[in-house]
Amino acid sequence: MVAEDTRAAARLVAELPASPAVWCSGLRKRYGRRTAVDEVSFTVGRGEVVGLLGPNGAGKTSVIKMLLGLVRADAGEVMLLGRPGHDPQSRLRVGYLPELFRYQPWLTAAEVLALHARLARVPMAEAEGRDRLTAVGLDGRAGDRVGGFSKGMQQRLGLAVALVGGPELVVLDEPTSALDPIGRAEVRDVVLALKARGVAVLLNSHLIGEVERVCDRVVILDQGRVAASGTLAELLGRHEVRLHLTGVDGRAEARLRAAGTVTGGGDRFTVVLPADDDGGTVPGLVADLVALGVSVHAVEPARISLEERLLGILRGRSGDGVR
Amino acid sequence: MSVLIAAGLTLREAARRRVVWALAVLTVALLTLSGWGFSRLAGLDTEFGDLTSGQARMVASQLLNLVMFGLSLIAALGTAFLAGPTLAGDIESGMALSMLARPVRRSAVLLGKWLGLVAFGSGYVAVAGLAQFLVVRWAVGYWPPDPAAGLALLAGQTVVLLTLALLLSSVISPMASGVVAVGLFGATWVAGVVGGVGQALGNEGVERVGTVSRVLLPTDGLWRGAMHAFQDPSVLSAFDVAAEGFPFLSEAPLTVAYLLWAAVWVAMVWGLTALVFNRRDI
Repeated sequence: MVAEDTRAAARLVAELPASPAVWCSGLRKRYGRRTAVDEVSFTVGRGEVVGLLGPNGAGKTSVIKMLLGLVRADAGEVMLLGRPGHDPQSRLRVGYLPELFRYQPWLTAAEVLALHARLARVPMAEAEGRDRLTAVGLDGRAGDRVGGFSKGMQQRLGLAVALVGGPELVVLDEPTSALDPIGRAEVRDVVLALKARGVAVLLNSHLIGEVERVCDRVVILDQGRVAASGTLAELLGRHEVRLHLTGVDGRAEARLRAAGTVTGGGDRFTVVLPADDDGGTVPGLVADLVALGVSVHAVEPARISLEERLLGILRGRSGDGVR
Repeated sequence: MSVLIAAGLTLREAARRRVVWALAVLTVALLTLSGWGFSRLAGLDTEFGDLTSGQARMVASQLLNLVMFGLSLIAALGTAFLAGPTLAGDIESGMALSMLARPVRRSAVLLGKWLGLVAFGSGYVAVAGLAQFLVVRWAVGYWPPDPAAGLALLAGQTVVLLTLALLLSSVISPMASGVVAVGLFGATWVAGVVGGVGQALGNEGVERVGTVSRVLLPTDGLWRGAMHAFQDPSVLSAFDVAAEGFPFLSEAPLTVAYLLWAAVWVAMVWGLTALVFNRRDI
């Protein structure tokens, strides 16, 4: 009866239009007495690139493994591409590059790809396999045994494996940990290409710069909990403008304060712009300051980096705490 | 589908990891040595004079059991050490991560690995056992009374041991699982011998050691059934009571009940492995 209900519910959910690529709610996991993941909920929309950030031991990899059914959650629910996570079919169109990337050393690179194509139940011609390997910088190595590959080459192979079978969701756990700067740039290009094709990507990376460049949204985990999440604009929404001015009088200062929160003094001021700034605040401010007889030497737009924001959140200094 | 993929992968691993070659070298060595030994048997000059052909058959029959025990040991060691790394090793190294994140059921992967190992172990027993029979026939003209049933029971023994090794490898480290499986296999054999001695001496308590161990791990029981199929029926009457305590003679064929128990044992242990593997965090 219960199984029937579950099946009926799964059917109902499967028929809903454009369910998110990932939906998880209230995920919890304990290892012995230590709580690794606590009440984690987030969503990755179709075609969306979401970055998972957080310090070591924040529970990022545990969350990813729970999404993919590799680790049993103590509580919480997962839906992948509209199917319940406990159903293996939910992973039919999911590609995964694990943090610990190891592939059968006794197989060749082409055989590893062919194996994953069979497991993902998609046909893959030999030439297609070679093309995939070429795309990740492993051209000419298709017939070589994986056992002889360097770590970087194995990670590249892992990326090719994750892309087997035209996935609709790709989960990349530290995809550049063993790669040189060129490799990192290539991974970034791969992620951007996936984004352009409308493939959802969940990216766990320590390289905040990479995340900032490719992700639409970020989920920040700390001590197993979601510390903050939102679009980059929401998280980094604090636009600032630094001004070098002379001849500032009381009226000019009042005008500055009208534009936003002002810090500094003398001839250097920093104005924090409102979140709903439509781009007209700065030109209006400059025009008014000039009209008030102020000499404007420099106007420098500034934006806090994701790294600063992340550190701020993790050190408990996040004033506005976007959630 | 994923069952067949996993089975094929397991067989390919056995071939590529040179397990096949190691087994082949060991087997050829054993066959050559036994061929040489058996060929000396035909014209053996003992203190009782030349062996008659009947006596030679009797000796050959026991020696065949001894050599087959060597073969079963190679098969047991080979499959146990192959079964060990197959689950625990895959999980430890991280190889299981990318495989199990595919749309596959863990029980299907387990079944595939098990079937691959069963095919490998049974194939080895069939080929090596048959080669041994041919060597003995060439040397002394002896052919076991029921070779097919004997080899099937020997394959059954291999299946029991690899199923145990799979269960162990789902809970302990790969190397430990191989060592423990082979250790238990040896201990059961010794317990079987002890039980035989108890039977010969008419000591029920000691005899029970063998019976209980044969129920707990059916490797020794199946091995004794296999021996019975290999040995000349006339041997038992010649040995009479002494046969009971001799480790390379078996006095009775296996009962259907015992064979059923062995099948149930394999199914239970497999089910337990599937349960443990399903719940395990990768």
